[in-house]
Amino acid sequence: MSKTSKTGEESVISIRNLRKSFGDLHVLQGIDLEVKQGENVAVLGRSGTGKSVLIKIVVGLLKPDSGSVIVLGQDVERLTAKEMDAFRQKVGFSFQSSALYDSMSIRENLEFPLVRNIRNLSRADINKAVEKALDDVGLSQTINQMPSELSGGQRKRIGIARTLILNPEIMLYDEPTSGLDPITSIEINNLINEVRERINATSIIITHDLTCAKTTGDRVAMLLDGKFERIGPFDEVFADPDERVRQFYNYNFIN
Amino acid sequence: MFLALADVFAFISRFFRELFLPPYEFKEIIRQCYEVGFRSLLLISTTGFITGMVFTNQSRPSLSEFGATSWLPSLISIAIVRALGPLVTALIAAGKVGSSIGAEIGSMNVTEQIDAMEVSGTNPFKFLVVSRVLATSITVPILTMYTIFVALIGAFLNVSMNEQTSFTSYIQEVFGAISYVDIFASLLKSIVFGFTIGIVGCYKGYNSSKGTEGVGKAANAAVVTSMFLVFIEEMLSLQIVQSFR
Ligand SMILES: Nc1ncnc2c1ncn2[C@@H]1O[C@H](COP(=O)(O)OP(=O)(O)O)[C@@H](O)[C@H]1O
Ligand SMILES: [Mg+2]
Repeated sequence: MSKTSKTGEESVISIRNLRKSFGDLHVLQGIDLEVKQGENVAVLGRSGTGKSVLIKIVVGLLKPDSGSVIVLGQDVERLTAKEMDAFRQKVGFSFQSSALYDSMSIRENLEFPLVRNIRNLSRADINKAVEKALDDVGLSQTINQMPSELSGGQRKRIGIARTLILNPEIMLYDEPTSGLDPITSIEINNLINEVRERINATSIIITHDLTCAKTTGDRVAMLLDGKFERIGPFDEVFADPDERVRQFYNYNFIN
Repeated sequence: MFLALADVFAFISRFFRELFLPPYEFKEIIRQCYEVGFRSLLLISTTGFITGMVFTNQSRPSLSEFGATSWLPSLISIAIVRALGPLVTALIAAGKVGSSIGAEIGSMNVTEQIDAMEVSGTNPFKFLVVSRVLATSITVPILTMYTIFVALIGAFLNVSMNEQTSFTSYIQEVFGAISYVDIFASLLKSIVFGFTIGIVGCYKGYNSSKGTEGVGKAANAAVVTSMFLVFIEEMLSLQIVQSFR
């Protein structure tokens, strides 16, 4: 799967000097990031460095302490409840834990955001949308199953399908391949690239899987001590002799 | 402490705000009512029946000392309708329904399902909290009426075994002893109990700490807190009803 470079000029996600602390724990300490229309950026960093916090701020689940976060031309902090709901329809969020609704079947999981965001859909329209979203992730056969019956990789795909059903413009993936075997990971990487081509999505992919970063990201951003110390094409970033960067690389590629 | 109290009030006022705002989750409300009723029905049937029977049996000696066993039905009626019925129902519902609400919402919080609803532009508070609190507020009073009915049957069995009271005269005495005020007060009280059980379970679940132990803690705190509050409310209602009588 090749990466397409239909990257536009204007920034879809623009983060300036973003700071976020929890008590004495200073997680993000001056993040700057510009993501252009159609661009996919992979964010790398150790566990607990604040990667999830970063994308939760992007989608308005957490409030920043300072700095500005402009997404799709809107200041995320200043949105009213109504504007926030409309904004979130345009942003797909794939959770690390998949976060499927365990009390609902796969069909109900996919319908849930659809029927609540787009009113007055006919039953036929709903079914068609659900079937298409499942088909897009290659899991049509699971439609009547419960989340607990699915494998980790399948749950990830369903989580992605559930966000795709609203036709988002931006996709945020939180560790899409963590906990998956290498073959399933490759499938998920391919899916991320397919999604990108199909909807021309602008994406942030959080990962510490360098294969994932390399295959899905146009650029990688390395989160070190609360800042993006290195941002650029994969090979450029990993040409860096910095010990913290090398360790990351060596662990993933065993040399 | 004050911070927690302010938090609880914010939660409750959010409930009332969202209760009246569309969209309404009718299907979910019905489903939750069914769940609440179904989950507690068997337990309530047995405890209600046994309560009626045992209470009657234990009251008999002190009445017979005065040769007043004929007052038994009216004594039972007042005790069951005014106090035992609502209380037994609320305690069973707190243990059975409150804990499962706490655990369910707690685990949805821990596994980021609530966040997932939020980021998909839907309102988790309305879907999860409003529907459950409504369901307990509606269903607990209905269950209370049922408990009263079953307890009175249990009491009658005991009475008919020991005294030669016919069913019709038993019923006459039961209804003779209570007034509409009693029934109305019990219903109102049960609505408050049901609301308490629902809102406490949801609050504890919604604010559970992350991690798997957060789920257990939420379930446990839901039961303990709501049972405690039910007793406090029982005491307060006594004062209020007395001032009306
Ligand atoms: N809501 C929160 N409240 C308090 N601390 C938090 C919260 N969310 C995250 N943290 C803390 O912030 C740090 C970064 O978390 P996170 O972004 O999840 O890391 P990761 O890079 O592994 O995704 C962690 O130490 C975590 O404990
Ligand atoms: Mg994370």
